[in-house]
Amino acid sequence: MAGTDPIHQFVIEDMFPIHLGGDGTAGSGLNLSFTNSSLFMVATVAVISLYLILSTASKRVVPSRAQLLSEMTYEFVANMVRSAAGTAGMKFFPLVFCLFTFIFVANMFGMVPYFFTVTSHIIVTFALSMLVFLTVVIYGFMKNGPKFLKLFVPSGVPGYILPIVAPIEFISFMSRPISLSVRLFGNILAGHITLKVFTGFIVTMSSLGFLGILGSALPLIMAVALTGLEFLVGAVQAYVFAVLTCMYLNDAIHPSH
Amino acid sequence: MVTQAYAQEAVAPAEEHVEGAEGAVDATHADPTADTHATTEAHGGEHESGVFPPFDPATFPSQLLWLAITFGALYLLMSKIALPRIGGILENRKSIIDADLAAADASRQKTEAAIAAYETALAEAKAKAQGIANQTREAIQADLAAKRSAVEADLTGKVAAAEARIASTKAEALTHVDEIATETAQTVVTQLVGDVSTDSVRAAVAKAKE
Repeated sequence: MAGTDPIHQFVIEDMFPIHLGGDGTAGSGLNLSFTNSSLFMVATVAVISLYLILSTASKRVVPSRAQLLSEMTYEFVANMVRSAAGTAGMKFFPLVFCLFTFIFVANMFGMVPYFFTVTSHIIVTFALSMLVFLTVVIYGFMKNGPKFLKLFVPSGVPGYILPIVAPIEFISFMSRPISLSVRLFGNILAGHITLKVFTGFIVTMSSLGFLGILGSALPLIMAVALTGLEFLVGAVQAYVFAVLTCMYLNDAIHPSH
Repeated sequence: MVTQAYAQEAVAPAEEHVEGAEGAVDATHADPTADTHATTEAHGGEHESGVFPPFDPATFPSQLLWLAITFGALYLLMSKIALPRIGGILENRKSIIDADLAAADASRQKTEAAIAAYETALAEAKAKAQGIANQTREAIQADLAAKRSAVEADLTGKVAAAEARIASTKAEALTHVDEIATETAQTVVTQLVGDVSTDSVRAAVAKAKE
């Protein structure tokens, strides 16, 4: 039942095995193989880089359509960073731009049948959110020193409430990488499973004869609607990830809020 | 599984050295690996193939490595090539548009100055034309007045001469009237009464005229 198994699409398969250490038996040592996930990471990066670099190669003053799309993406992310983190946040613009385009293109790749969805694995989304989190923490302490801890002490709060408020702020700050990664991972994973389940219904019902074929129209309609929804979710989640990154970076740049 | 996890932990630092280039990404490697080891140990003895694929820690090192490589490459390509280039294009366009707007503004100001100059010139020319017209009119009027007065003087002279001539003629005629009256009276009286002296008749005529 691999055809209708909703989990099968998330299986990672080695394409070019690379094993470090271990005793040669399966599962031992460190598996650094080039997998189908790696392939789509490379494809994502290749598509983004090639598109942006080739479409802007002629540097036209009056842009072509392809160049206009690149410029619009640039300005979209630039405005996002500027509005959420201020002009000082523009030094993180490449990071936010990479996160947004990487997640967006990976999600769009995931919508193509038989393609692997890179962002459906929590380790990937977690790594990306830890990248943001550590950037915020490291830059926050580098720029503000101990003043960065003011982040946990909201201004205007009376002293006797601080013992309650500060731990809450601290916990909410520390849970950011988890919420950031789980939000993206959960949305993509759930969406793809749902899509697979409904399309699986079509196959299963169609094999039940004439009535089954008639009845399979219902999950078909559902699958079509869900496909549209998943495109939306893929785009919105990339946007949400980027916006939240900007807001967290804003905390590092202006810690007293 | 537990032993495998330990083995992975042991190799983890080595992996960190491999990608020492990116501090932040490095750290993300160390943390989640440790995390997931804990969960795997908690699950205990679960076999790899039975794990829900997104939670399979055996695939984590590979995914992290390739994510670091690909995302690092993306970051380098974007921050070194693509983004400065697009930023440059936008900057260039903005400067061109600003320069064009400034040039348009300068042209507009030049046009306005030209219009103002034209209008002052026009006003001057109008004033001059009016002056010339006034002068000419005055000259013509003066000329006309002079000629008219000359003609009038001439005419008055002629009229006066004519009146004088008429008066003299009239006076002359009147003297003739006296003579005619005297002659006529003398003739009438002579026919009626007889001879009468010319002087007495003349006196009688003069008396009758009064």
